[in-house]
Parts: sequence; structure tokens; C-alpha cells
Amino acid sequence: MELTKEEERILAGEEGEARQQAMRLLVALGRIFGAKRMIRVRSAQISGVSYRTIGDAGLEFLEDFARAGARASIRATLNPCGMDLRRWRRMGVPPEFAEKQLRIARAFKRMGIELTWTCTPYYASNRPRFGQSLAWAESSAVAFANSVLGARTNREGGPAALASAVVGRTPLYGLHLDSEREPTHSIRMGFKPSNDLEYNLLGYFLGKSLGSAIPLISGLGRPGLDDLKYLGASAAASGGIALFHVEGVTPEAKRGRFDGRGLEALGIGKEDLIAVKDALSSSRDFDWVLLGCPHLSLAELGAIAGLVRGKRLRKRLICFTSRAVRAEASRRGYIRAIERAGGLVACDTCMVVSPLEAMGIDGAYTNSCKAAHYMPSLSGAEAALRSLRDCVHVAIQAGP
Amino acid sequence: MGEGEALVSPEPISFLGGVDPRTGLVIERGHPLKGLSVAGKVLIFPRGKGSTVGSYIIYGLKRYGKAPAAMVNVETEPIIATGCALAGIPLVDRLDADPLEAIKNGDKVRVDGDKGLVEIESE
Repeated sequence: MELTKEEERILAGEEGEARQQAMRLLVALGRIFGAKRMIRVRSAQISGVSYRTIGDAGLEFLEDFARAGARASIRATLNPCGMDLRRWRRMGVPPEFAEKQLRIARAFKRMGIELTWTCTPYYASNRPRFGQSLAWAESSAVAFANSVLGARTNREGGPAALASAVVGRTPLYGLHLDSEREPTHSIRMGFKPSNDLEYNLLGYFLGKSLGSAIPLISGLGRPGLDDLKYLGASAAASGGIALFHVEGVTPEAKRGRFDGRGLEALGIGKEDLIAVKDALSSSRDFDWVLLGCPHLSLAELGAIAGLVRGKRLRKRLICFTSRAVRAEASRRGYIRAIERAGGLVACDTCMVVSPLEAMGIDGAYTNSCKAAHYMPSLSGAEAALRSLRDCVHVAIQAGP
Repeated sequence: MGEGEALVSPEPISFLGGVDPRTGLVIERGHPLKGLSVAGKVLIFPRGKGSTVGSYIIYGLKRYGKAPAAMVNVETEPIIATGCALAGIPLVDRLDADPLEAIKNGDKVRVDGDKGLVEIESE
């Protein structure tokens, strides 16, 4: 790799131990991926934040790194952690876990990272623009930033994104290059998905079938932002897809550069989605309904509020969202409506990175294929897949 | 630069769940190196596998004084590269010869991470 004089100085330790460590990591990764040089990035999204995920080893690294002087030099936002930082007691999180999670929070705060605690930074303060170079970890946010916003990021690991936050750079390879953003497969929809669950299932099917490919999807109609959010999140979870294009919808596809000819073609029918649901979804009944993987948008909270207003819930509903969205939802009365009905709108965390088993949750209804994918292996919990509306209906008490 | 006795695994190593950072022992059930310590060794294996938290486990090994002196992979990947970079453990891959063939357990090995060189001083 060719480094600038400044980068060489950082690597030599002239700007302190933490910056040297960060640069050393990025250079090591650059070598693996054949990058010729570094590029500057606008922002970083950092994963590996929940104590559940990174454990004592990660906690100790973060405290050491903060102590060694690591500080964000660009805008850097954070993934969800393992608990609602204000209401963890109410949610049954054990105090020993909370203590460790709070130490992690303090380390990130010390490093000057924005404590956004969400996998949807684009619904909060970190909304990249077309063509901007980023260093984002969190696979669902990567898929959204690349595909829906037309920004450019590889699917970074947590430490790499943190290193990029510190030195403001990432190696130039992969999805930062035009040539690597071309579609590899042409996906022909045999029908238009009719709800959020179907977008989840579609994404999951694509990831499972294609691995880490770049699909160009045609025949999708007019998906909304949340539909694309779910599509990307599921595809990233089941197969590692970091970029997808939708004809007539996503910005790079709209610029008319791709025509799908000569690509390996795959047709999708309803039966493909049904097969995913059968494999992923439990047929048991659960006491819990967990929504918000990725974090719920303002519109989704509004829809949920509308469905539960004035009703009483017979199942335990938790809606996971970002602080930023929760604040706006609160101003609109959505939180009051949901919590008066007996539900909880939690922030800072989600059902994938919380210690569900310690919270007494052994399974839940959800609309998220990503959650259904991870809950069994991470928490031993099962998921029953329904659309968002059907999840809420299942939670509502029938009769007086 | 790192040097020590070679510890060779024909199987990939998952550090999360596979190695105890506090003792340096390989703990993965069924692994060819199970029960052996990586501390101070030149650890030779095809590549990493498993969770990206493995990077933090490698860092943990260094923190607890149980880290390998160096690592040699056939072809490395981000989990191992990240862990070694954070911990300051020399790492070399894509050598001209297959390290799993050329190096035997117990060989004295010297690794230069910057130059990408591995020297063997056989028993």
C-alpha cells in the first residue's frame, strides 16, 4: 500500500499509541484486500457494542483503547448495546450485566463517539449522501447506506470501523470501487411483495440463495424505505449481501447504468418466500411480541400506536427503536398510546443483542427475519414470523 | 518480529469459544490442538473462522500474557488480521511454500511480520 506522509507518521507512532494501533489495523486489512491506498471517510458506524456480544475481552480492549488516548476524529455513531440504558431494571436485565455494559458505554463516551445506540443511524443524525465514502459495520446499515442511499462502504468489522473513526480513513477496496458495485445477478420478481414480512422473506431468500452477491431486482413496484430496510437487513443476515439494486428505485439503478443482461438470472415466486417462512418460523405460541430489528422508524411506531390506541395488550410487546426516533414519536403521542396499552418502547438495544434468556424470553412473535435468524443461536429463543400488523393483532386483547 | 516453538494445526482456529484468553489453552471440543497452550508459540494454522469477537479474544491473550509469539496462516482473513494488529502479534500469510507442510511441531521458528518472512531452524 502507498501511504501518505501523514499516514506513515501515524503508523510510526508519532501521533500516539492509539492512532498507531488504528492505522496498523487498517493497513493490515488493506493488505489482505489488495488496497493500493487509504481514502478518507465521512463517518463510521461502530458495531461490537453489546456486552452480550463482545464480553470481557471486548470491554477490556475498549477501556484500554480509550485509556491509550483513542478519540474519534470524524463523526462516529454506535450500534445498539445490550440494554435500554435508562430502563434496564424494568426489562429484567441482571445488574452484573448492566455494570459491564455501562463500562462499555463510558469507554465509547470517553472516545468522543456519538452515543446513538442504533442500527439505523440514517434515521438519526448520520444520514450519508450519494457517493459518500463511509466505514460502517452493522450489516443492515451497510446494506441500507449502499443500496438505498448510494453511499459507499464495505461491510466492516467492529474494530475496523472504530479504527476508521479514530484516523478518519479506510483502505480503498471493495465497494468503494465502481467496478465492485456492478450487479452480479438479475432477480425477476414473479409478484410484488405486499407487506413488510414479505420484504423480510424476500431478502432472506436472496441472501440464502446468492451468498454475498450483488442482486439487481426488477418487478418490485414501489417499495417504501422500511420495506428496503427489511430487505437489506435480512439479505445481509442470511447471506452477507452488502449492496443490492432495485430497478427504477435505488439511486445507482435509476441512473440507468445496469441492464441485467448477461447476468445469472433468478426468478422469485411466492413459494420461495413460503419456504423461507416454513424453515425459519416457529409454530408455537409465545407471550412476547418483539418488533424493531432493524430499529423501528417513526412511521412504524405511528402505525403501531394507531393499532393499539385505547386497547389492552394480552401479550408483552416491546418495540425497539433509536433514541432519536423515540423522542420524535413521543412528541407525537405514539409512545403514550403504546405504553398505555401495556407495551414498552425501548431504545438503545434490540432482541438480537440483549440477554433474552436472562430476561425470561424464550420466544417471540416478530416480523424480522434477521431476528428470527439470530435469536436461536444467540439466546436459544425461537421466533414466530408475522407481518408487523399481524404481530400487533396477536398482542391485542380480544374482548373487554 | 516474533520467535518460538512451532505449534501446527491442520484445522482453522476459532478464537471465540475455541481458545481461553486467560490461560492460552485451546478449548474447542474436537480440535486437534485441544488442551495445548498457544502461549509463546509460533501458531501455524490455515485461517481463522467463527465470530469476529475472535479478534478481541486474540487481544485478550496478549493482555493476559498468553499470546503466541507470532501467527502464520496459509491465507488469513479479517478476524485474525484484526486480532493480531490490535495485539501487536506478528502475522504472516501467503508464503511461497505451504507452512503446514514445511513446519513441524517443535521447530524453532522466527517470524518477521513486516517483511513477511518465516525462518525455520529445524530440530
